[in-house]
Amino acid sequence: MGIVKTDKLTFEYIRRDEEGNVEGITRAVDEVSLDIKQGDFIAILGHNGSGKSTLAKHMNAILYPTEGTIWVDGKDTTEEEHLWDIRQTAGMVFQNPDNQIIGQVVEEDVGFGPENMGVPTKEIWERVEESLKAVGMYEFRKMSPNKLSGGQKQRVSIAGVIAMHPKCIVLDEPTAMLDPNGRKEVIRAVRALNDVEKITVILITHYMEEVIYADKVYVMDKGRIEMQGTPREIFSKVERLKALRLDVPQVTLLAHELKKNGMDIPDGILTADELASAILGQNGLL
Amino acid sequence: MIRDITLGQYYQTDSIIHRLDPRVKIVSTVLFIISLFLVENFIGYIIAAVFLVSVIKISKVPFKFMVRGMKAVVFLMLITVVFNLFLEPGEPLVSIWKLTITKQGLRKAIFMAIRLTFLIVGSSVMTLTTTPNHLTDGIEKLLKPLRFIKVPVHEIAMMMSIALRFIPILLEETDKIMKAQLARGADFENGNILKKAKSLVPILVPLFISAFRRANDLAMAMEARCYRGGNHRTKMKPLKYKKRDLLSYLVVFGYFALIIVIKIYVKVDIWQ
Repeated sequence: MGIVKTDKLTFEYIRRDEEGNVEGITRAVDEVSLDIKQGDFIAILGHNGSGKSTLAKHMNAILYPTEGTIWVDGKDTTEEEHLWDIRQTAGMVFQNPDNQIIGQVVEEDVGFGPENMGVPTKEIWERVEESLKAVGMYEFRKMSPNKLSGGQKQRVSIAGVIAMHPKCIVLDEPTAMLDPNGRKEVIRAVRALNDVEKITVILITHYMEEVIYADKVYVMDKGRIEMQGTPREIFSKVERLKALRLDVPQVTLLAHELKKNGMDIPDGILTADELASAILGQNGLL
Repeated sequence: MIRDITLGQYYQTDSIIHRLDPRVKIVSTVLFIISLFLVENFIGYIIAAVFLVSVIKISKVPFKFMVRGMKAVVFLMLITVVFNLFLEPGEPLVSIWKLTITKQGLRKAIFMAIRLTFLIVGSSVMTLTTTPNHLTDGIEKLLKPLRFIKVPVHEIAMMMSIALRFIPILLEETDKIMKAQLARGADFENGNILKKAKSLVPILVPLFISAFRRANDLAMAMEARCYRGGNHRTKMKPLKYKKRDLLSYLVVFGYFALIIVIKIYVKVDIWQ
């Protein structure tokens, strides 16, 4: 069993009208079964309302399944005695950087998780230092979070989760509110965590560019997993992605259009360099 | 305009007073305020003044920052002084129209003015030399015994520090909402008070909604980071008394004892 495993996980919202009568039931997550290996970089893609955030909140025991089961590190999240273990094993970073920073100084915010876990004072300081260094925010440790940019705030949030020494970190659209530079900063920090610290990363996003580094991609639509595979496998199905209202990276799209118009280019081109060498190769220039 | 509001009034510099444990500063301020109300003659006030001025000198905070706190209460002070001046019965000094200033009234008014001034300047010393963070920590630690009568001390402190963290964020948001409403032709400047108050509604409603949304998000983020109240929680920056804190306690208690001694034994008063 992997670090996160779900079996026919289903979650239903009950919609109510103003008087509180049940208006209808929305299935946000519909019989999702997946198994995530320790150490992998996983991306979950989907447009708004596809259920990806709801799925993410199950991994941290913020939401509990209506039907089906989810195990985090082998523990069923509905068993209350595991609650704090699960929240420590699978750390979570949310979308809005302002609404998840608790401390008034960067270092105090990073120390918040370990404080809650009852880590001794001396070790808290060690953990704070090591986590801030891991995301490259160590020199900002004495600053107020209000003075940081969005990308920097999000990196502080990530440090706050790493300081709890999780095995897995779930990022729920961490870049949705950031500018392109901030997005790059955050993704770079996340990749470093996965490469260097070997922490399992589950990245929830609707930006395609962030997905190309993943080991495995799941595409969600209407609460179901519609596609899964490596980024190359996923992006080779441009028409299918378009049907799911998802954009493909520009290079991939260009390669796809060129191919459709008769050029001999392989499917699933992910970077500009790959496309360049494919075109050169086809023209016998390589 | 909204950005001009300064939060807390911490004055950043390095002095012994700044580095003291917040508990020392809170206890000292309380003692100082009590001492002001114990004093009944000028000798006591001279001692209090000497004490206060030396603390300000040591704190290295420019004097004008101390006085800044006074502006807000000038009006209150005037009222107090005027009431004491005219309404205290006793030996008449001057009589203008129906108002009489008595000897006792004059004395009481002067004392009241001194008391209020010292009180405000004294508490400014605390807020100017302690970050809001530290103050919250100090209050939490000092009130800890109240847990035994079921006062949620940790929760109160946590609420205070979260409020402090969100004040600038909500101010910025207010600014944004105001600009958005102005861009759509809202008028916040003209009209009478009633009209102005009414025009605040379209600012307050979105602000409240957003505040609740933020609170919801924050609660979720805190839970995700294993927050479960004050129990089995450790501190990253625990408060520990150092030598200088104990010395300061000694000085402050010494001052307080002196004030009490004067109150009991010294009955000389240049006034009577």
